[in-house]
Amino acid sequence: MQSVRYAAKFEFLDEIREFVGDIARRGGFGDKDVYNIQLATDEAASNIIEHAYEDTADGVLDLSCGMDRNTITIILIDYGISFDPSVVPLPDLKADLSERKIGGLGIFLMRKLMDEVHYEPRKDKSNVLTMIKHKR
Amino acid sequence: MEITVQEFKHCDMITIKGRVDSSTAPQLAQALESANDGGKYKLVVNMADLEYMSSAGFRALLAAQRNCKRYNRGEVVLANVPERIREALELAGFTELFKNFDDSLLAVGHF
Repeated sequence: MQSVRYAAKFEFLDEIREFVGDIARRGGFGDKDVYNIQLATDEAASNIIEHAYEDTADGVLDLSCGMDRNTITIILIDYGISFDPSVVPLPDLKADLSERKIGGLGIFLMRKLMDEVHYEPRKDKSNVLTMIKHKR
Repeated sequence: MEITVQEFKHCDMITIKGRVDSSTAPQLAQALESANDGGKYKLVVNMADLEYMSSAGFRALLAAQRNCKRYNRGEVVLANVPERIREALELAGFTELFKNFDDSLLAVGHF
């Protein structure tokens, strides 16, 4: 596993996508999977920056990523407000334009694009989001 | 991300280059809003040189579609959507909300 600590700011999303993209590519994932792994990680990081640290200017995001045989594991840890993705209602993808809500779309994409998504708020006030994808 | 706006007789074409994420989506939202502020409600969003778009970009497109459709025949249509981005839009259920053209001039001709 390689780990990097980022300031929880949107301007680092480019670097965050590069970091997981490089590991996925070197691990043998194809272009489509690499894109989707980057997208899922971006959505996860964006949610943390927006919701976990909504009132904080100096939040940090610890990102770890590694390959184990055919599986990539991405772990995002924050120290902000707990935000359990599993309680966020799924967006109604059939709603028409005026009723369409955009909230929850990032989480929906994470779940669709990755094989597993787990969220664990810990006693030490950290929140651990783990995402896993297998090569096919 | 880079945005250029080209005016046609019946619509404006907004070309997005590079990557749209939570950091750059506000610029896209602003470009779409300023078209509306200038009285333009028929918009082609040309994605030929777009490499990446997260749900933050989708949100900007959805807001623009709502604003444009409030006006007579106003509409946002998409052109040259790259495959990866099209797949993500499809997953998000956005493909029914936007007409999609393989060629930007066909999109302009739609208006």
